[in-house]
Amino acid sequence: MTERQITAAAGFPQPGRDAVLMSSAYHSVADMIAEPFEWFGNLGIFFWQVVRAAVTPPYEWRELVRQLDEVGSKSLPLVALAGAAVGVVISLEARYSLSRFGAKSLFPATLVYTVIQVMGPIITGLVVSGRVGAGMGAELASMKVTEQIDAIEASAINPYRLLAATRILACILMLPLLTLAADACGLLTGWFAQALVEPLSFHQFIEAGFKGATFNAFLPPTFKTTVYGLIIGLIACFQGMRTRGGAEGVGRAATNSVVLASLFLILADVVLVKFILVVFP
Amino acid sequence: MPAVAVRNVEKAFGPHQVLNGISLEVNRGETLAVLGRSGTGKSVLLRLIIGLDKPDSGSVCIYGQDIAGLTLDQIGAIRMKMGFLFQHAALYDSLTVAENVAFPLQHHRREMSRSERSDRVTQLLAEVGMDGSLDKMPSDISGGMQKRVGLARALALEPDILLLDEPTAGLDPISSGEINDLILQLQREHHMASIVVTHDLHSARTIASHIALLNEENVVIEGSYEDLQHSEIAFVKEFLKQS
Repeated sequence: MTERQITAAAGFPQPGRDAVLMSSAYHSVADMIAEPFEWFGNLGIFFWQVVRAAVTPPYEWRELVRQLDEVGSKSLPLVALAGAAVGVVISLEARYSLSRFGAKSLFPATLVYTVIQVMGPIITGLVVSGRVGAGMGAELASMKVTEQIDAIEASAINPYRLLAATRILACILMLPLLTLAADACGLLTGWFAQALVEPLSFHQFIEAGFKGATFNAFLPPTFKTTVYGLIIGLIACFQGMRTRGGAEGVGRAATNSVVLASLFLILADVVLVKFILVVFP
Repeated sequence: MPAVAVRNVEKAFGPHQVLNGISLEVNRGETLAVLGRSGTGKSVLLRLIIGLDKPDSGSVCIYGQDIAGLTLDQIGAIRMKMGFLFQHAALYDSLTVAENVAFPLQHHRREMSRSERSDRVTQLLAEVGMDGSLDKMPSDISGGMQKRVGLARALALEPDILLLDEPTAGLDPISSGEINDLILQLQREHHMASIVVTHDLHSARTIASHIALLNEENVVIEGSYEDLQHSEIAFVKEFLKQS
């Protein structure tokens, strides 16, 4: 018997239809509000378990090296291509805009600062989020639904240490290096696109672009990508390792890994840019 | 002290009560077969014993130690003494057959040289009749072969306790017989405490020293096959009649 039937049988007055609808709506809204908090709570617990596993031996060096190759070497061509494309786009747009305001001489500095401080890191983050995030999320989700992660745990191996910590650490270590590669390609193609229109040697371009620059201008934006790596690795591993629901669950994990990692990456960029401007003026 | 002692264990998933006050014991050298209808919590019981799930109440003790409150690394030390064969083998699909069996050895027997590990893997696969498939991928072999490889992997660390989830499910009668013979041989050689979850009454009769029959969240009867045959409980009679 439902609660309503029981109370009716006991002679209690029944709530009206409107009251029942309001109660149902209230519970739906309450669940909607609670769900994100529950997600963040579970993510926090997962992160703590990974940190605890990562700092206690035995360390999974072989798996870490494998993941460094997977995240770094195999993402390099795509990141380089993306960086090169961005360099050309910025070059074309900057030349047009600067010409309008009679500031063509600022082109090298504009390109260098735009690529290294803004576009290089975010483009690298988004490209790696798409490639690595989806791959990791799908791989771990597939392992979860086929009980491979349970088999790892039943073999007395900590899955947080073997699977999650290695992947997250690989993302943290590789993102700055990939960003440097994207920056280099972006500057190279940006210079080339400009040189096709107006003769400008690469030496002149570099000298003008980095004139007066300090390490504070370029190192913090590059190393902020370690936070991007943490976000990508953490969300992909979290989504993958708690998957349910067979093939549909695997697809959902892969999609959510990319979408959520990209979203949080962009939001983190807002905070990190402000932080860098304050700490490294 | 029993190798495995389950005491008054309860487990529910949401509103669905699966186990309600189950108690079992298995000593070294014994094989307990757990029988029951589909959905009566047999596999859940194995997952509680290996620690992949935690009971809502009650205790699961391995050699006297309650595993419910242990951390992942603490329970890892206990799992080193246990081998688990999953219902669908749960082989690592990106590794070859040999790499699957070597996996626990790589992590827990780091003092072994590569050649020693290779010899041990070959020996384990030979025991289960799979030494001709070292370089094959799990997707290249049949379900029955995957179970044999899963069994070899479960035996890699020479466990004291062996947990087998439906070892003969989906196999033809000849292959089932071969798996049963293998389990009996391993029992004779290694003197393990084994818990086998199965639907197959013939298999249970062949390999088990005693049988527990589950129904409606609890153990209906526990004893030898003859005890089941002489039982007056209606469910037991019906189960034996239909098997």
